[in-house]
Amino acid sequence: MTGLGVAGVVLQLLIVVALSPLLTGMMRQLRARMEGRAGAGVGQPWRDLRKLMRKRPIAPHGTTEVFRTAPLVLVATCLVVAAVAPFVTAASPLDPVADLFAVVALLTLGTVALALAGIDTGTAFGGMGASREATIIALVEPTLLVAIFALSVPVGSTNLGAIVTSTLHDPAQVFSPVSLLAAVALIVVIIAETGRLPVDNPSTHLELTMVHEAMILEYSGPDLAMVELASSMRLTVFLGLLANLFVPWGIATTGQPLLVAAAVLAFVAKVALLGALLAVGEVFLAKLRLFRVPELLAGSFVLGLLAVGASFFLA
Amino acid sequence: MNLVLAALWTAVGVGGLSAVAGLLTPGRFRPAAVGVSVTVSGAAALVAGVAAMTGQSAAVVLPDLLPLSGVLFTVDALGGVFLAITGGVAVAVGIYGIGYCRQHGLDGRGVQAVLPLFVTAMVLVPVAGSVGTLLLCWELMALTSLLLVIAEHQGRPAVAQAGRWYAVMTHLGMVAILIGLLVFAANAVDGSFPALREAAGGLSPTVAGLIFVATGIGFGSKAGIVPLHAWLPRAHPEAPSNVSALMSAAMVNLGVYGIIRVGFDLLGGAADGAATWWWLLVLTLGAASAIYGILQAAIGTNLKRLLGYSTTENMGLVLVGVGAAGMFATSGDLPLAGLAMAAALLHLVNHAAFKTLLFQSAGSALAATGRRDLDDLGGLRAGMPGTTAAFGLGALAASALPPGAAFVSEWLLLQALIHGLPTAGTSAAIVMPLAVAAVALTAGLAVATFVKAFGIGFLARPRSPEAARAAESPASMLTGMGLAAAACVGLALLPTLVLPTIGAVAGATVGATDPLQIDGMTIRLVGVAGSLSPLMLTITLVIGLAATLAGVRAQATRRAARAARLWDCGAGPLSARMEYTATSFAEPLQRVFDDVLRAEQDVDVTHHEESSYLVQTIEYRRRVPDRIERRLYEPVLTAMAAWGRAGRRLAPGSVHRYLGYGFYALCGLLILLVVTR
Repeated sequence: MTGLGVAGVVLQLLIVVALSPLLTGMMRQLRARMEGRAGAGVGQPWRDLRKLMRKRPIAPHGTTEVFRTAPLVLVATCLVVAAVAPFVTAASPLDPVADLFAVVALLTLGTVALALAGIDTGTAFGGMGASREATIIALVEPTLLVAIFALSVPVGSTNLGAIVTSTLHDPAQVFSPVSLLAAVALIVVIIAETGRLPVDNPSTHLELTMVHEAMILEYSGPDLAMVELASSMRLTVFLGLLANLFVPWGIATTGQPLLVAAAVLAFVAKVALLGALLAVGEVFLAKLRLFRVPELLAGSFVLGLLAVGASFFLA
Repeated sequence: MNLVLAALWTAVGVGGLSAVAGLLTPGRFRPAAVGVSVTVSGAAALVAGVAAMTGQSAAVVLPDLLPLSGVLFTVDALGGVFLAITGGVAVAVGIYGIGYCRQHGLDGRGVQAVLPLFVTAMVLVPVAGSVGTLLLCWELMALTSLLLVIAEHQGRPAVAQAGRWYAVMTHLGMVAILIGLLVFAANAVDGSFPALREAAGGLSPTVAGLIFVATGIGFGSKAGIVPLHAWLPRAHPEAPSNVSALMSAAMVNLGVYGIIRVGFDLLGGAADGAATWWWLLVLTLGAASAIYGILQAAIGTNLKRLLGYSTTENMGLVLVGVGAAGMFATSGDLPLAGLAMAAALLHLVNHAAFKTLLFQSAGSALAATGRRDLDDLGGLRAGMPGTTAAFGLGALAASALPPGAAFVSEWLLLQALIHGLPTAGTSAAIVMPLAVAAVALTAGLAVATFVKAFGIGFLARPRSPEAARAAESPASMLTGMGLAAAACVGLALLPTLVLPTIGAVAGATVGATDPLQIDGMTIRLVGVAGSLSPLMLTITLVIGLAATLAGVRAQATRRAARAARLWDCGAGPLSARMEYTATSFAEPLQRVFDDVLRAEQDVDVTHHEESSYLVQTIEYRRRVPDRIERRLYEPVLTAMAAWGRAGRRLAPGSVHRYLGYGFYALCGLLILLVVTR
């Protein structure tokens, strides 16, 4: 267990928890400006969280522990992923957990907890959101795993640290067709997993279009704060993974304070850039009909399979 | 007498005695006596299996028990795995059965005497050491399980139908195994396994292939592999739940055992290089079963039928591992073959644990409500907290998410498939990515399936008065569930305890060294890069949970929670009819996979007499037929029925004509004899 590893874990946790609401705020502000609105400011999500934390909790009638613990599980899974993923350093002391499959499965666990909470409320909205979310997970999972497969073939490992280190040593890997196809497949999947346009609209409350918002309709006060924080953290974590799997440069390889500081800055800049791109893209997109989403995901699945094929024939 | 043999004899002896006890003890004590002795017998089998896995072996010859061939039992490491699984399942199911049989009126002499015989037969199959013994035990297992499946035939007509399907399919499978093994034995000195192993080297590839396919059909149908699965989703839901647990968690495994035993062990000498297509076939059918099974489970609404289809899915995953192991072994990549086999065996163990738990808790819910349709369940958390927790744990384990048990075995399976790409040939390069995609799709659909089964079945509000009145099951059933739950938790957190042994057995089966290395709490793959620590993952997750809780406690207001109505759009209290049901939950998935599933739905609208604009009633029906059954089985059944009807014309009831038939048949036979001489 190196000093760099421990410092990296602490730093990653701090960055993800503190800055992810700001990422959401930045994206909303960017969208607002591009749509000709003034916007609420970058700090608004944090102000919302503080306000929600002070509210008195509400326990809806007939809900069970599943409903009450789901926000905790959701936040906890994001925290674990934030701690083990190679954001600032690849020398994580939790290396045996930092497997791509494990990370993906952990994030899915959070979604499952929320879907169960949606069903647990017993309202039509909760069930509807859970049903749609379960459908999307069932289709996202294969694409995600095939994309991981494509990425891991050249490296010979599914360990996140190993993939990142291998790309650092061999930069040409990034520009191979394997990487590019896998990157496109992963981007589609990440959009679906984090509930962004065109799969789900994070700012809607219309029953025809809701997925994520329908599941969390009964949450309020501190519980809602946790759910909101977790969904920002999920976005940060996914964008961070995307950034560092394909463009890992800047990540700290030794424990020099200056390098670590540079790694932190590089990570923040990369995620902010990706977030900004996503926000700009969303301005020009409308939400897809729910039953068109599988076509999108099937397309990205084919890209993933092509990436695997390419990884064999170009090896 | 060593430990293996002593434990095995205890298991068989206690099993036999408890069958007698089932016949002789008075009704009041019968379920308890049988249940306890099944548990003891299972525990002994578990000990024998574990001892066999750690390297002890034993052989027993009873030449006088069966005329001509005699009976031969040999216990080895591979058989030990299946012996241990069967024993473990029997321990939990035995105790569970005490309460279940009492509640369900299954305490009659017949059922109680056959139940221990079924367990004993399952214990004997993996230790059979010759063709004759294997067939004998296999048939005993088939017959006893059939009797148990139709135990409740007086109550529901569906049971009798399920029994007929099961009886026909299990015996057709038996015929296939019989043909395969007899062809094999005809080429050997006698029917004992060592003789078969010796003879395998001299078989031509065609004969070896024939033996593999014939036995594969029989064993595959027992394992519920597509397209021979048709009996499974009928028999498992209609059997009493303790029998379903035994069948689904222990009996189907023996189909996999047969495939491994014949393919790797008995035909091992013949398998050099030429046998790639065998394993390609196994892998392909495994992948097809996994996807088809979980797809049917994802849209199913009958809880036990859903679990039955999930068994098809899991056996499919196991066969993907077995097939991959075979492909790697024939291409000479032994460490990966060992890894794939270890993944398959570990998944068998995990599946046995969580499927026991799921069938037990489903049975408990069924016993309390009398409803098996998920659309009628719900809200069981209030009345049955223990059962709900048990099913939740089982669902977590089955959906392959951490910290569940199946996550570890599916991780191992994916690692084996992923690392297989760079080394293997062209066929592997095409098959492995598709296999990964199949496993991945299965994992995704399994999540949706078990969110539905647990969420709709146990959470939310009750959808029927029976579900609202449900009360917790008796202590014996809860104890049985507790044992299975403990096994699930143990396998999820500390697979490092069982993996060294399973890895060694898997390595020995494919002729490799140990494919796994256990480093403290971390599983490390040997030969390829990869490591995972399930315990560390869980601990990190728990720390994350504690940190979140502490953070919220520190930040959030300390005022007590206020109870409030659910959001009902201001339209008064929500009724249970407004909830999502299992059917509506699965509707998007059904639409997405409509090309495969072809659901049949029709809507009948009755209009008011006065005006066609006013609707009086709307009736909606939806049925998702098993397409394989419809395409493959129904034409055969229809053709057979047509044959039968055509044959009836030959039998108009005239005695003269029947005598004529006899006369002509005799003459024909005599002519044939004269001509052929």
